[in-house]
Amino acid sequence: MTAALSIRDLTVAYQDKPAVWDVDLDVPEGVLMGVVGPNGAGKSTLIKAALNLIPRAAGEIRFYGKSYAQARDLVGYVPQRGSVDWDFPTSVLDVVTMGLYGRLGWFRRPGKADQAAARAALDQVGLADYADRQISQLSGGQQQRTFLARALVQDARLYFMDEPFAAVDAVTERAIVELLRVLRSRGKTVIVVHHDLATVDQYFDYVTLLNVEVVASGTVKDTFTPELLRQTYGGRMNTVETRPPLALTGD
Amino acid sequence: MTTLTLVPSSASVPDSRRVWILIGVLVIVGVLFIPFSIAVWGVEYNYTLRTVAVGGALLGAICGVIGSFAVLRRESLVGDALSHAALPGVGVGFLIAGRDMNALLIGAGISSWLGVQFIGALTRTTRLKQDTALGIVLAAWFAAGIALLAFIQTTGNAAQAGLDKFIFGQAAAMVESDVTRIAAFGIFMLVVLLLFWKEFTLITFDPGFARANGIRVGILSTLLSALIVAAVVLGLQIAGVILMVGLLIAPGVAARQWTHRLGQMCALAGVFGAFAGGVGAILSALDSDIPTGPMIIVASSALVVLSLAFAPGRGIVWAWLKARADRRQYKTV
Repeated sequence: MTAALSIRDLTVAYQDKPAVWDVDLDVPEGVLMGVVGPNGAGKSTLIKAALNLIPRAAGEIRFYGKSYAQARDLVGYVPQRGSVDWDFPTSVLDVVTMGLYGRLGWFRRPGKADQAAARAALDQVGLADYADRQISQLSGGQQQRTFLARALVQDARLYFMDEPFAAVDAVTERAIVELLRVLRSRGKTVIVVHHDLATVDQYFDYVTLLNVEVVASGTVKDTFTPELLRQTYGGRMNTVETRPPLALTGD
Repeated sequence: MTTLTLVPSSASVPDSRRVWILIGVLVIVGVLFIPFSIAVWGVEYNYTLRTVAVGGALLGAICGVIGSFAVLRRESLVGDALSHAALPGVGVGFLIAGRDMNALLIGAGISSWLGVQFIGALTRTTRLKQDTALGIVLAAWFAAGIALLAFIQTTGNAAQAGLDKFIFGQAAAMVESDVTRIAAFGIFMLVVLLLFWKEFTLITFDPGFARANGIRVGILSTLLSALIVAAVVLGLQIAGVILMVGLLIAPGVAARQWTHRLGQMCALAGVFGAFAGGVGAILSALDSDIPTGPMIIVASSALVVLSLAFAPGRGIVWAWLKARADRRQYKTV
């Protein structure tokens, strides 16, 4: 089976410091994979480099065996929500429709069918009633769900999500988890930059531990171990042993 | 718990209708300004004044629409730098081709474009931040322009008289061919804007996502910058290099206060710009000593102040009234 994402020898440098160093990574199709690691470990850099958003010093990246240019329609992207100006004069529905712009091609405006697709995606993330809202009226969690809906209309096979769980409310967190499961049940592959170690084993089935280099990557059962986490985080690792029992956060 | 609504009650008047009402009011006020000025100041609408009024209004409309994107891209100061950077081009254009308006404006456009590219190059290749690069380029290009114009003056060439009008603008010198040029370029620019509307919107709101969707962000961004440079160059003769940025930015800033839709914002900015450009040009043409740039800026700044104060939902007065109403509501419960 071809891997959904296959990275070879990826190195990315800012000025002269390496942000990501000699990364080899294979992500099998149909998994939910978390990418975790300390601040400055290069988690966002890794997915931005995979998406060709930043230049890489070295390395090759294949999506389902194809180059990024060939596979672009297969790849969806959820940027960090802080990366845009939420006071931009536009509506929630318009933002979601933007997920279709790449496919529409030059000079074509989104039509009725495109708007219907955008509304359906909003419904999936629980924002059906917010379609005509101005985006500056959204809470942080609603902003995040708007971005997820925009990625949904892209209808990709492989999704990259940059910190979707960062500073969102409980409703949004549950909505995202639910959505991740729906995506997996449809055979999609999702790669999520994640920062909350306590929820990794509930949300994901695969995990990559990153600290500039890949420390380990594989199933959560084999990889998300105290020993490997200690290697990833160095001395700053005591949350795992003392984290609360899972029953507290289950539903 | 009180039933305090966090969404402003401005929702009772739909956004879109409010914008159309405002556009209607501005058109009526603009049209009434003509008989008013005739009755009160005895203004005579001869050929010159008609030319100036139409030219100023057209220019204002174009700059308002294009400038809205400069505002949303947070490139207001880039607009300022690129209008200042146009000045040496006016001098070079004159030295090469003599006093031909097209040559002067082409020179201005090239000079301005080089200035913007240099700002970009400085930001990319050195550790200078954009504001620093802007300051350096703005000052250097403008100083070079002033020095060049002074040098041309010493050559004693009679044709150079009035080149310094490019600094503050002089609408009274406009002739019909100037208006034709503004109209022709303006229509072309607006067509380009409409053709790439979807792409321009996306690269302005979320360039990263645009790139990940295969949108050619670099090329489109260059095209949008070219439109902004073209708007500035078109307006130099009227508004001058120093205050041109006001005509570019102010209408968009004012329009943003009244609506939450990009299309409406651009339309309203066009109307605001036409109003400010027309009124400013007419007032300055009343006496050949009045520079047009400052008059336009007075008019457009007034629109900004009124919008910041009174626009429903976002205006300062609005916010104050809302806060007072909320306090009352708390008290009575």
